[in-house]
Amino acid sequence: MTDISTPQVKPDFMRFVRSNIRDYALLLSLLAIMVFFQFNTHGTLFRPVNMTNILLQNSYIVVMALGMLLVIVAGHIDLSVGSVSGFIGALAAVLMTGTSPNPDLFTIPKFDFVTASIICLGVGAAIGAIQGYFIAYYKIPAFIVTLAGMLIFKGLALSVLGGASVGPLPATFQLLSTGFLTDVFDVQLLGAPFNLLALLIGTLITAALIYFNFKERRSQLQHGLAEEPEAIFYGRNLLIAVALIGFSFIMGQYKGLPNVLIVMFALIALFVFITTRTTFGRRIYAMGGNEKAAKLSGVNTERLTFWIFTIMGALAALGGLIFAARLNVATPKAGAGFELEVIAACFIGGAAVTGGVGKIVGAVIGAFIIGVMNNGMSIMGIGIDWQFVIKGAVLLFAVFLDVKFKNRG
Amino acid sequence: MQPILEMRGITKTFPGVNALSDVDINVRPAEILAVVGENGAGKSTLMKVLSGVYPHGTYSGGIYYEGVERKFNKISDSEDLGIIIIHQELALVPLLSIAENIFLGHEPAKLGVINWFEAFARTKELLKKVGLNEHPNTLITNLGTGKQQLVEIAKALNKKVKLLILDEPTSSLNETDSNALLALLMEFREQGISSIMISHKLNEISKVADRITVLRDGMTVDTLDCHAEKISEDRIIKAMVGRELTDRFPPRNAKIGEPIFEVKNWSCYHPLHADRQMIKNVDLHVKRGEVVGIAGLMGAGRTELAMSIFGRSYGQKISGNILINGKPVDVSTIPKAMDAGLAYATEDRKTYGLVLIDHIKHNITLANLDGVAKYSVVDDLVELAVANKYRRDLGIRCSSVFQTTVNLSGGNQQKVVLSKWLFSGPDVLILDEPTRGIDVGAKYEIYGIINQLAEAGKAVIVISSEMAELLGVADRIYVMNEGKFVAEMPAKEASQEKIMRAIMKSWGKAND
Repeated sequence: MTDISTPQVKPDFMRFVRSNIRDYALLLSLLAIMVFFQFNTHGTLFRPVNMTNILLQNSYIVVMALGMLLVIVAGHIDLSVGSVSGFIGALAAVLMTGTSPNPDLFTIPKFDFVTASIICLGVGAAIGAIQGYFIAYYKIPAFIVTLAGMLIFKGLALSVLGGASVGPLPATFQLLSTGFLTDVFDVQLLGAPFNLLALLIGTLITAALIYFNFKERRSQLQHGLAEEPEAIFYGRNLLIAVALIGFSFIMGQYKGLPNVLIVMFALIALFVFITTRTTFGRRIYAMGGNEKAAKLSGVNTERLTFWIFTIMGALAALGGLIFAARLNVATPKAGAGFELEVIAACFIGGAAVTGGVGKIVGAVIGAFIIGVMNNGMSIMGIGIDWQFVIKGAVLLFAVFLDVKFKNRG
Repeated sequence: MQPILEMRGITKTFPGVNALSDVDINVRPAEILAVVGENGAGKSTLMKVLSGVYPHGTYSGGIYYEGVERKFNKISDSEDLGIIIIHQELALVPLLSIAENIFLGHEPAKLGVINWFEAFARTKELLKKVGLNEHPNTLITNLGTGKQQLVEIAKALNKKVKLLILDEPTSSLNETDSNALLALLMEFREQGISSIMISHKLNEISKVADRITVLRDGMTVDTLDCHAEKISEDRIIKAMVGRELTDRFPPRNAKIGEPIFEVKNWSCYHPLHADRQMIKNVDLHVKRGEVVGIAGLMGAGRTELAMSIFGRSYGQKISGNILINGKPVDVSTIPKAMDAGLAYATEDRKTYGLVLIDHIKHNITLANLDGVAKYSVVDDLVELAVANKYRRDLGIRCSSVFQTTVNLSGGNQQKVVLSKWLFSGPDVLILDEPTRGIDVGAKYEIYGIINQLAEAGKAVIVISSEMAELLGVADRIYVMNEGKFVAEMPAKEASQEKIMRAIMKSWGKAND
């Protein structure tokens, strides 16, 4: 075995595209799917009210996918998130309305929505912590522990609600899902009211993103690290600008930016930061890539696993709150099947079943691919039966491409 | 007499390594042939060629069995002709019964329905033949290692064995079980079954073998006839290790200081079998600037010793004391061991050393992420500078530190593992087989790194199966066998023969 030393890599257009093809393919698929449905729904998809709807419908999936990505990168799975979010939604409704499932035995005081929400997030984190404890310290496979959790919390949700729907919820709480950032301007566009604040915020975020991209690019160039060809770098930034500003322009034509969008963006930014910049994130990838090597390198893999599931629990709770606020009622069936969409989002987004691979942005795009498909197929009038079949096929196809790319090396 | 098996001119190469070159062996009918040689001499590879694990065409040379040239493409080809190999790690399914294991894959069945009566009846017969008094329904997991070995042999008999190959059959057996097994081999010889026995235990070999073939560095060195003359153990040892010291070592001038690392009365038990003591009251010390070698055969307990010390990552019921600079330290978890100044570079870098799907930079900083982070946020540029520094210092050959470690050669992978541990800033480094599977040039560089570490005042422990390597790189050598230190010698006074003799003399004594 001799050491083969390859020459210093020069930025090379095709080489770079090839090695990053997964990321581009994902983004292009989302665009292609959107264009496809825009065409097949006779222009309904990109309508401001529909775009807003897609966002609201998928916000809780995206929020949960953030945690699920950590779980999957760590080499685990969490099947319980749907049941947990349903249970937390039920708990929130019971606390906010003061409804006892069995009024003869005990009563429940009515909490204000802030206190109730904090309690709910805490309970969610505690649920995640308990599941994480069994997975991390007793080495029970996550599949089993969270399958048990799925059953347990499905049952508890039923029990807390006493088998019936509980609602309506306080109007202030509903704003989490149905509220929009109030416009401070009074502008008309083509005779209709236009939310200038949305466009302004969108432009500001775009400017900030591009500023940081250029800053990083400069530092990369200084240290001879810039792998990305210049054309792709500028093209990528242009695309970001067009997409974000265009998006906020569309949102501005309806009611502006939903509150939940702000929550979602903040969380996405936080999780991108955690996974790419912190030692915590780095250790998750190392553990998922080779748990034995990570452990022998001093990574406390048990504690890490415990925290990952705790975070997942809190995010599942947040997802449950958003969903309950959106429906304005907690039903016993809430949360059913969420886990499947959340897990599918991560895998479509490029996470590896074996752990160690996956990106937050990928999972978010994966969630929106599913969301746009749900929305588009519903508008087209495709039955729920075939929607499942098509979504299943897309998931299999995405992972199939992954495996094929990997095997080709 | 026509030999039952002849292997002529067998040559087998792996990328960059000649595992076997032009090996000849032959086995006569009703004979026990012992095959001996150091770790890596090519014994196991030869047996894999014979049994068809490496199919015909992946090696050169010919296999002649019962007078006909054979081209085995898979294991079942050789098994069908009565060549049965029993591996060191037993291939039994622990939660199935004796009968189920014996007939696994060969169940007596009609239309897929197993006739258990027949299976039980035949199992009873076979167990009687090997002298094992157990019910066919007993689960394998409830049997001791010695009895499991006998089940393997019964399984072989069931396949109408004519040539039985045993790879280190007694390595995990106690004295009584070993003797019973050897007696069984001699009984088979009476019945006309030939055996090839791979073993390190020269006393056992001289008890049962008719002839001894010695392998060294993938070549047949000698075949000794035990009936023609009395073969002394020294003679075998000479043949096994009589290699010229062709490996080159960089010069070193040791400046040895006071002891900085001491292990006292260290013991540990097997992680699954609580009654099997793997490490037996080991005492060890390393001085500042000293390189200490631990020699021993495969399975001597060297890795187990190192890993049980390094944050109890191996074994259970661990007892003993660790002192660093004369003060007792707590090494009960890996982070604590690292805080105390320990580092352990594993022998198996792909399984335990590297995150193969990740790149060099991330692997180097993994053991000391806080060293490149502020408030838990990694500083990319600092990290990059660290990675590039080690790339330069250790001469890691790669296109950039963003290259995935899976694509590196063995030597460069080892350098990444070493970089990771150097960056964690240890005082005591335990290097387990640091040059396994890497080429001569990279070996020389690794020896140079070891020297630099010692000169920088660190204590270095090198575990190696290559005795020549220890003689060249260490100042002092401990010899380990069966979980015990059986000898200690300054490298200047040591020789390969001396080490091997210390091991051979110690067999069985550790159990007293």
